[in-house]
Amino acid sequence: MRARITFSKTGGLRYIGHLDLATIWERAARRAGLPLAYTQGFHPQPKMNFASALPLGFSSRGEIMDMRLNEDLGLKTLSTQLQKALPAGIEVLKLESVDEQAPPLQTQLVSVEYEVTLAEAVDGLKLQSKIDELMASQNLPRQRRGKSYDLRPLIEEVAPLRRPQNSSNGGGEKEGGIFMRLAAREGATGRPEEVLDVLGIAIEQTQVERTRLIFKN
Amino acid sequence: MLKPVEIEACLEKILLKVERPGRYVGGEINSVVKDWNAIKTRVALIFPDIYDIGVSNVGLKILYDQINQRADALAERAYAPWPDMEARMRSGGIPLYSLESKHALSSFDLIGFSLPYETLYTNTLNILDLAGIPVHCADRGNSDPIIIAGGHAATNPEPMHAFIDAFVIGEGEEVIHEIIDAIQLNPSREDRLLALAKIRGVYVPKYYQVHYLDDGTVAHVETRLDGIANPVIKRIVAQLPPAPTQFIVPNIDVVHNRVSVEIMRGCTRGCRFCQAGMITRPVRERSVAEIVDAAEAAVNATGFEELALLSLSSSDFSYVVELVNKVSERFKGRKLTISLPSLRIESVSIDLMDKLREHYSGGFTLAPEAATERMRRIINKFIPDEEIINTTREIYRRGWTTIKLYFMIGHPSETLEDVKAIAGLCQRVIQEGRKVAGMKVKLHAGVSTFVPKPQTPFQWVSVDTRDSILAKQAILKRELKDRNIKLSWTEPEDTLLEAWLSRGDRRMAEVIYSAWKNGTKFDAWSEHRKTQAWLDAFAEHGLDPAFYTHRQRRTDEVFPWDHISAAVRKNFLFQDFRQSLEGKIRVDCRLNCFACGILPTFANARRENPGEVWKCPDVKSPARKPALELPVVGD
Repeated sequence: MRARITFSKTGGLRYIGHLDLATIWERAARRAGLPLAYTQGFHPQPKMNFASALPLGFSSRGEIMDMRLNEDLGLKTLSTQLQKALPAGIEVLKLESVDEQAPPLQTQLVSVEYEVTLAEAVDGLKLQSKIDELMASQNLPRQRRGKSYDLRPLIEEVAPLRRPQNSSNGGGEKEGGIFMRLAAREGATGRPEEVLDVLGIAIEQTQVERTRLIFKN
Repeated sequence: MLKPVEIEACLEKILLKVERPGRYVGGEINSVVKDWNAIKTRVALIFPDIYDIGVSNVGLKILYDQINQRADALAERAYAPWPDMEARMRSGGIPLYSLESKHALSSFDLIGFSLPYETLYTNTLNILDLAGIPVHCADRGNSDPIIIAGGHAATNPEPMHAFIDAFVIGEGEEVIHEIIDAIQLNPSREDRLLALAKIRGVYVPKYYQVHYLDDGTVAHVETRLDGIANPVIKRIVAQLPPAPTQFIVPNIDVVHNRVSVEIMRGCTRGCRFCQAGMITRPVRERSVAEIVDAAEAAVNATGFEELALLSLSSSDFSYVVELVNKVSERFKGRKLTISLPSLRIESVSIDLMDKLREHYSGGFTLAPEAATERMRRIINKFIPDEEIINTTREIYRRGWTTIKLYFMIGHPSETLEDVKAIAGLCQRVIQEGRKVAGMKVKLHAGVSTFVPKPQTPFQWVSVDTRDSILAKQAILKRELKDRNIKLSWTEPEDTLLEAWLSRGDRRMAEVIYSAWKNGTKFDAWSEHRKTQAWLDAFAEHGLDPAFYTHRQRRTDEVFPWDHISAAVRKNFLFQDFRQSLEGKIRVDCRLNCFACGILPTFANARRENPGEVWKCPDVKSPARKPALELPVVGD
């Protein structure tokens, strides 16, 4: 059985890296008594595949992974057993059974959506004009870890995020968040902190949540 | 004092700037979070090293369970933050907090430190300071928590007497409840300490006065309060309580990702260098059924990939073959690594490991400790050379390619020939291995340096000097050039620090304080070694480090730890020391009781638990009352 799991990663688990997350899932499956499939060989590894590694510090409400099991337990049983065994901070949001032959998740990923919450609200008009400028630019040459690249083609959409709670502090002209959709193809991944940097916002002053992974078709 | 929500808000700002922030957030499976306001007594349990090392500590796990089983108490955990996190916490004004509820440590009633080894002392001071709790007992007031500590280092608590309000000597499972009861019954700090001092096995240093002779050694120790024990005799549990199964499952990779089941406590071998073997007597075993059931419950509750069956000497467990059969049956096909450490050098050990093959892929570890038969007689770990060769050859023959052999240099009366013999034995082992398994065989020789520990037959001997240790290590490095032999060793500075701390008296406390002020911490980590800071601290207080380490002790010397008793008589230790000088071995004490002192001290416990749960002889005599108060030291 190949189970496709959509899950959230929040709270303290934001501080847990990708490799550790894989171990957390493996141990949860073992605690749940699931018949996890393992690779052959001297150091058998559980057959689990994540669509995309979530950067440390980001929360998410749309992570997706595939887990292969040696038996078909039925989605309902699987869901209850798994949720009981998971640590606080991971919640199974959706569970489906997919074709064994379907291509690996990470090869199908196209883009990713983020919501950025700002620690301190900024002037709405200024933010909008910065975003307009960003979207109107032809290219955005940047350096990352000593390599030059163009950020602009990796940006699909950036927009102020109007949160209903934020309108209470009068005027409604302050913006507390930013929405962005960035490319996430193999070898072409946009990073929210790079976009924020162009907008003049320090990543330390934000809380980033990944909200949706978008696949081919 | 910052509230938990405030601490959490501060953490948000710094966690992404430190290495491995998962160390500092808690939320692990099997951690217990109780309703803070509904609980009468709050205890923080601390392993004073980094999370990655401390989280799997079994001793604290036992206490965590014991305390959290009570409806009127809670236990939470904290560890030493790594220096990057410490710097952020200090500059951000964040006090050290518990992982479960994020309460500042200073808001707990009781703080318990686990001190299994001495190089955790400066971290202990640093943690108190990070928590905003006065480092010296004398500076604490009614609103400060009571600070207690236990573990093997408490065998000589004196160097830490100025910082720890009360030490637990021996095993904590029962006494922790008496301590919590005493905290609940007494509101003031002074009354709490008075009550603690009257609990059997609890040592409250402030009620004991040490008198010194002109030469700097101890004259005697006098109690400053009626009705408290002198000596303070360790506590034991007559039978091992159910093994813990709900182990914390860390969300990050740590040093020991495993569940541990203690199969027995204590050891009957009587190796003269081994403090654990002397202070954890008597031997008490769990039944095979209990061990296997506990292991299964623990594996199911954690999902861990490894199970460790712990004891000081697995081969000596009475039903070890049956245990290994049952365990490998129970976990067949479950992708579980099973480790069975501390096997004796004999072919039976290979049979045991063979049965665990499905569950094991690593090397094979054995501990001859010394390389000549003469030396092995002196340390009372007698194994003929041929037995070592035959066993290692057989291990290679059966397909293990790597063997790890543990040795020590610096044993009493050791000569350079004894050291050279380590290289010679390693070469012979690998040559014999090549004959049966070819050129692929490998050997790892781990050579540490002996520290004569308190409450052992070798407590009278001096530690090798730095020059002597370096000369011996140079011989090993020169002689062991084979590229399939890997040599590792302990730096002499680390050995000497361990020796100062474990053999120190009360005057060491201010040396520890100054060394910590000079910036020492994480002394167990070679990357944090600050030998000069320690030497400066000695000099500041006019003390000579050699006084503690390079002095052959008088036979009648009163040791700083003589008023603390592991229930093994000083006389017994001294006789054993004399026998070692004559090269006489003492057999396993299951075969012949040498009257170490355990039975008269714990006669009632043994009488009430006859038969094979203990490996001591049965006590036949009728009960005499208060058998537990017999003086056992210095008789």
